[in-house]
Amino acid sequence: MARDKIRIGCGAGFSDDRIPPGVDIVERGELDYLAMECLAERTIARETLDRAKDPSKGYTPVLLERMEAIMPPALRRGVKIVTNMGAANPMGAARILRKHAPEWGCPDYTCAVVQGDEVTDIMRAHPELPLMEDGAPLESLLNRMASANAYLGADVVAQGFATGADLVITGRVADPALFLGPMLHAFGWSYDDYQKLANGTLAGHLLECSGQLTGGCFADPGMKEVEDLAGLGYPLADVWADGRVEVSKTPGSGGRLDIATCTEQLLYEMHDPSAYITPDCVLDASGVSFRQLAHDRVALDGARGKARTPTLKVVVGYFDGYMGSGEMGFAGINALARAKLGIEVVKERLRRRGLSYDEMRIDLIGMNALHGNDPSLCPEPYEVRLRIAARTTDKKAAEAVGAEVRSLHMQGPTGAGGGINFGARQILAVKSVLIPREWVKPEIIMERAA
Amino acid sequence: MTVRVYDLGHARAGDKGNTSNISVTAYNDEGWQVLQRELTPERVLAHFRHLTPGPVRRYELPQLRALNFVIENALGGGVTRSLAIDPHGKSLSALMLTINLPGHNERPAGLAAPAKV
Repeated sequence: MARDKIRIGCGAGFSDDRIPPGVDIVERGELDYLAMECLAERTIARETLDRAKDPSKGYTPVLLERMEAIMPPALRRGVKIVTNMGAANPMGAARILRKHAPEWGCPDYTCAVVQGDEVTDIMRAHPELPLMEDGAPLESLLNRMASANAYLGADVVAQGFATGADLVITGRVADPALFLGPMLHAFGWSYDDYQKLANGTLAGHLLECSGQLTGGCFADPGMKEVEDLAGLGYPLADVWADGRVEVSKTPGSGGRLDIATCTEQLLYEMHDPSAYITPDCVLDASGVSFRQLAHDRVALDGARGKARTPTLKVVVGYFDGYMGSGEMGFAGINALARAKLGIEVVKERLRRRGLSYDEMRIDLIGMNALHGNDPSLCPEPYEVRLRIAARTTDKKAAEAVGAEVRSLHMQGPTGAGGGINFGARQILAVKSVLIPREWVKPEIIMERAA
Repeated sequence: MTVRVYDLGHARAGDKGNTSNISVTAYNDEGWQVLQRELTPERVLAHFRHLTPGPVRRYELPQLRALNFVIENALGGGVTRSLAIDPHGKSLSALMLTINLPGHNERPAGLAAPAKV
């Protein structure tokens, strides 16, 4: 089924991304494929814990809500879908969709599931692997490990579509690979077509964060204007069999797509532009340039590619204690001094209770919470909000932080208002290791109606 | 004379682990000349010193009039365990734009919404 050109749209760039623009691009984007990227670095660890409690769970929690909106128009229009909302349980995701899809008017469709990204057993068998962050052996966190998943490449997505599936559900797959996969499938590109892999990976990298290519994360009133930001449309790519790529967005939607938005998104979460490593290739984006072809339409030039590396990256999720936090507001005359007194009172009360913390952070929201600047250099604000957050291995000590902050209402300085106790939450941290590619054995399994 | 980075270019911040990367893209060729010459990794590190000991690496993409700064150890131990209110450091792009550089703004900067054709 060799084709000359396909159109791929992005329907989601993070798990809780807005749903209406995804529906809009399906309805009006004239797409062949829709990709939805819904896994952050640590979310899969949380989903692995969900699955431990209930073996039918472990997929992205928003799966049903999103797919109820997306699947009916996509299937009606023949738009094929790929998503990593399978998270820690791709087959579980496929089964729960099969159960509910008839209620949405989707009784017939085929679904391929990608499994094999989970590598916890491999981690346990190789405690000697060095962590990429600090070189320490993996062993140091094995007893606290919550999850371990390898970033798979576009080949498994292409294999999923090769079954004829309307819907491909994966767990951990590299974000750009969700977009490159349909290209490999449609055009039969191989892993030594470095130029085409580079162009397709670049397209995926630009599209994977949905509205960040189309005017999201961009507007600065009076300086950088974005038309109808409220109606921000999601991006799409036209890709030709010879590797040419043009990006655009839902016709008539809000936002902007031009060389400036493409440049910002090109460098988003990129370190060395000459070596952006994915499971599919090493993208050299150092010579990338953009050509504005028309309103909201840009051509990509200058990407170069090198062969994929012999390793795959694994993200290991592990428990790292608890974090507790709380906030309290002050306003009017002498607000800052009262907030500072509140901070000292909370710290002293925690100390007298014999509680200690590995790290404590104090913020004066409105003065230094985001940039960590020296508050003595800020003009004194009319309002200020104190925030105290601390990390500890003791859950009760973490809970005490927010409780002591909230009690400033009645037992703190005068005029303390709007207190919040955010409680304690377990910290799921992540670190990475590289493993030989051949250790990972992905499989494609058809999910069928029971 | 000094000029703010804000008046010469626009920025976006991304995160990976405990590393922040912030791109700065010039609005025009004049701004690019100043940014390329003056917005050195040393100057960026000095401005971010209260957040990180560094290091800071800089990559140049002259065809896009863009610089990419990779600022290590800037995210409070990493997105997943940071106590910060903005663990991803998304707001750090705005900190980059507050840096003052020697030079001046020869052309008004900014990007109006593109005209619809």
